[in-house]
Amino acid sequence: MIDQTILKSEERAVFALRSLYRRYGYAPYKMSKFEEYEYYIRNKDFLVSDRIITFNDTNGRLMALKPDVTLSIIKNCEDLPGCKQKVCYNENIYRLCGSTRQYKEIMQAGLECIGDIDLYDICETVFLAAQSLALISEEFILQISHLGILAAVLDRICPAPGFRQAATGFIAGKNAHDLIRLCREYGISPASEQILTGFVSTYGQRDQVLAQLEALCGDFAAKPLQELKELSALLDTTPFSERIIFDFSVVNNMSYYNGIVFNGFLSGICEGVLAGGQYDKLMQKMERRSGAIGFALYLDLLEQLPAPKSEYDVDVLLLYDSETATAAVAETARELIESGKTVSSQKAVPPKLRYRELVDLRKEAGVC
Amino acid sequence: MLNIALPKGRLGEKVYSMFEAAGFECPSIRETNRKLIFENTEKQVRYFWVKPSDVAIYVERGAADIGVAGKDILLEYEPDIYELLDLELGKCRMAVAAPAGFRDDGKRTLRVATKFTGIAADHYARLGRQIDIIKLNGSIEIAPILGLSDVIVDIVETGTTLKENNLEVVETIVPISARLIANKAGFQFKRTQIERIQQSLKEQVKQHD
Repeated sequence: MIDQTILKSEERAVFALRSLYRRYGYAPYKMSKFEEYEYYIRNKDFLVSDRIITFNDTNGRLMALKPDVTLSIIKNCEDLPGCKQKVCYNENIYRLCGSTRQYKEIMQAGLECIGDIDLYDICETVFLAAQSLALISEEFILQISHLGILAAVLDRICPAPGFRQAATGFIAGKNAHDLIRLCREYGISPASEQILTGFVSTYGQRDQVLAQLEALCGDFAAKPLQELKELSALLDTTPFSERIIFDFSVVNNMSYYNGIVFNGFLSGICEGVLAGGQYDKLMQKMERRSGAIGFALYLDLLEQLPAPKSEYDVDVLLLYDSETATAAVAETARELIESGKTVSSQKAVPPKLRYRELVDLRKEAGVC
Repeated sequence: MLNIALPKGRLGEKVYSMFEAAGFECPSIRETNRKLIFENTEKQVRYFWVKPSDVAIYVERGAADIGVAGKDILLEYEPDIYELLDLELGKCRMAVAAPAGFRDDGKRTLRVATKFTGIAADHYARLGRQIDIIKLNGSIEIAPILGLSDVIVDIVETGTTLKENNLEVVETIVPISARLIANKAGFQFKRTQIERIQQSLKEQVKQHD
C-alpha cells in the first residue's frame, strides 16, 4: 500500500492522471527514449525548438533524444475509418530551456486521441484537460481558443503571410498597440482593425465572449463559432465550468493546429503547465487521413507548488552502538514505526539531521 | 498581493507616478533610503525596483505579476509574457548607424557591432543580408571609428552621441518605448486588479496625447 502523503506533487499527479485517463479508455503508451534524428528534423517546425540532443548509434545512424511525444505516437498510429486510437503516456523529453538556453529533461504526462475524431472527442479531451488540472489543484484556469475563427478572420482581412504571422504574435501577447500599428502599416481598414483588436480584448467568461464574437465575426466564421458554442454548452455541465474561459491569446502554431487549442495554468506556478489542441494539419502534412487532438501536462513544473514544510527530517533518532543487541534495535524501530513515527537508526548523531525525539539505546544499555 | 517590478531610475519614477495616479499608491516608496521593496497592504500592491533590463525576467519568472520594460529588451530577449500597453514613455528608436557618408554596397559581409544581437540578427535576416555580429557591452559608437565594425545597431534617443562621433542614422529598425507587461499565469489569477491598472494607465496615456 503506497502512503500518498510522502509523495511529491508530480508523483501523486502521475498516479491520479493515469487512473483518470484509463477510466476514459486511454491505453498507456510506452516509447523509446530516442528516435532517428531525421524524423524530428523533417517536422522541426512542430517542435518547440529545433535544437535536439543527438548521438550516433552502433550502426552509425544519427539518433535524437526525444524532444516531443506527439510525433512518435502519430508515427505508430494507423488510419482506421470510424475508429479512434486513444493513448496516454508519462514520458521524459529533452528540450532547450527558453531562458537559460540549456537542455532540460522535462517530465510530461498527457494523452492523444487519433482517428475519426468528432465534437464529442474534442469535448472529452478538453474536459480531461480541465479534470487533469483539477486533480492537482482547485485553483486552475483553462484557456480555450479556436484557431478556425482566427484563421477565417485573417483570411478575410489580410492573407499575406507576413501580416498573419505578425498579427497572431501580437494577439498571442495581448498586444493591441503594436497590432494597430501593423494594421496601419498594411493599410487595413479601421473596421477590420477593430475586428482584429477585438481578439485581444475579447477574453474571459465563455458566454460573454461568445456574444462578443457573434458581433465581431459571426457572419464569416459561423462554423467554428458554432463549434465553440456547442463545446461551451457541454462545458456548462462540468463541475469546474467557471474555471474554463475563452481567450484568443492561445495561438499555437497555425501550420499544424487548426481547431480548438488550449493552455492550462495552476495558481502558484509562473507559467502554463498544460498545452494542447487539435492538430489535423500536422496529420495532413504527415500524409495521414486521421484527425487528432491531445495535450501534455508538464509535471516538472509542479515542483513550484507550495509543499508543506516540516521542521524535522525524522520523528525519532534511534541511537545504538556495537554493544546494543541487534534484536533490541529492530524491535524498538518496529514499535516506533508501527506507532506512526518515522525513525532513523544511527550509531552517531548525523550533523545535519533534524529530529523531534531521541531514543538512546546506548544509555539504556548502560554504555553512556 | 500584486507584485510590480519597476525599472530603477527616472523612467521608473515617472511610471510609479502613473501607478499612484491610478490609485495604487505606496507612500513609503517616496522615502529616501536604500530599500528596494515597498508594500501597501491596504491597496494590495508590492513594488520593487530592479535593473531595467531585468524587469522582463522578474515578470516572466513570476516574481512580479506585472512590470514596465523597454520594447528593446522585449524584442531582444523575447520573454513569454503579455504586453498589455504602450506607456509612450522613454521614447527612442533602435537604429542602424554608420560613419557619415557610409554606403553598404552589399559586396562583402557587413560587420555589425551591437549590444542587441538578437534584434540585429532578425533585422538583417529579414533583409537577407549576410552579417558578422560583434557583441559589445558599451561604447558601441567607437566600433566603426576604430574599424572594428562597418555599422552599429543601437538605441538612438536624440542622436547627439552619434553626431559627436561623426556617425549618422542609416535606418530605423523599430521605435522603442516603455511597455506594461504581465506574467501569463499571474494574469489569469489576478486579472481584475491588473485590468484596473491597465485601464487607468491607458486613460493617462490618452490624456498625454
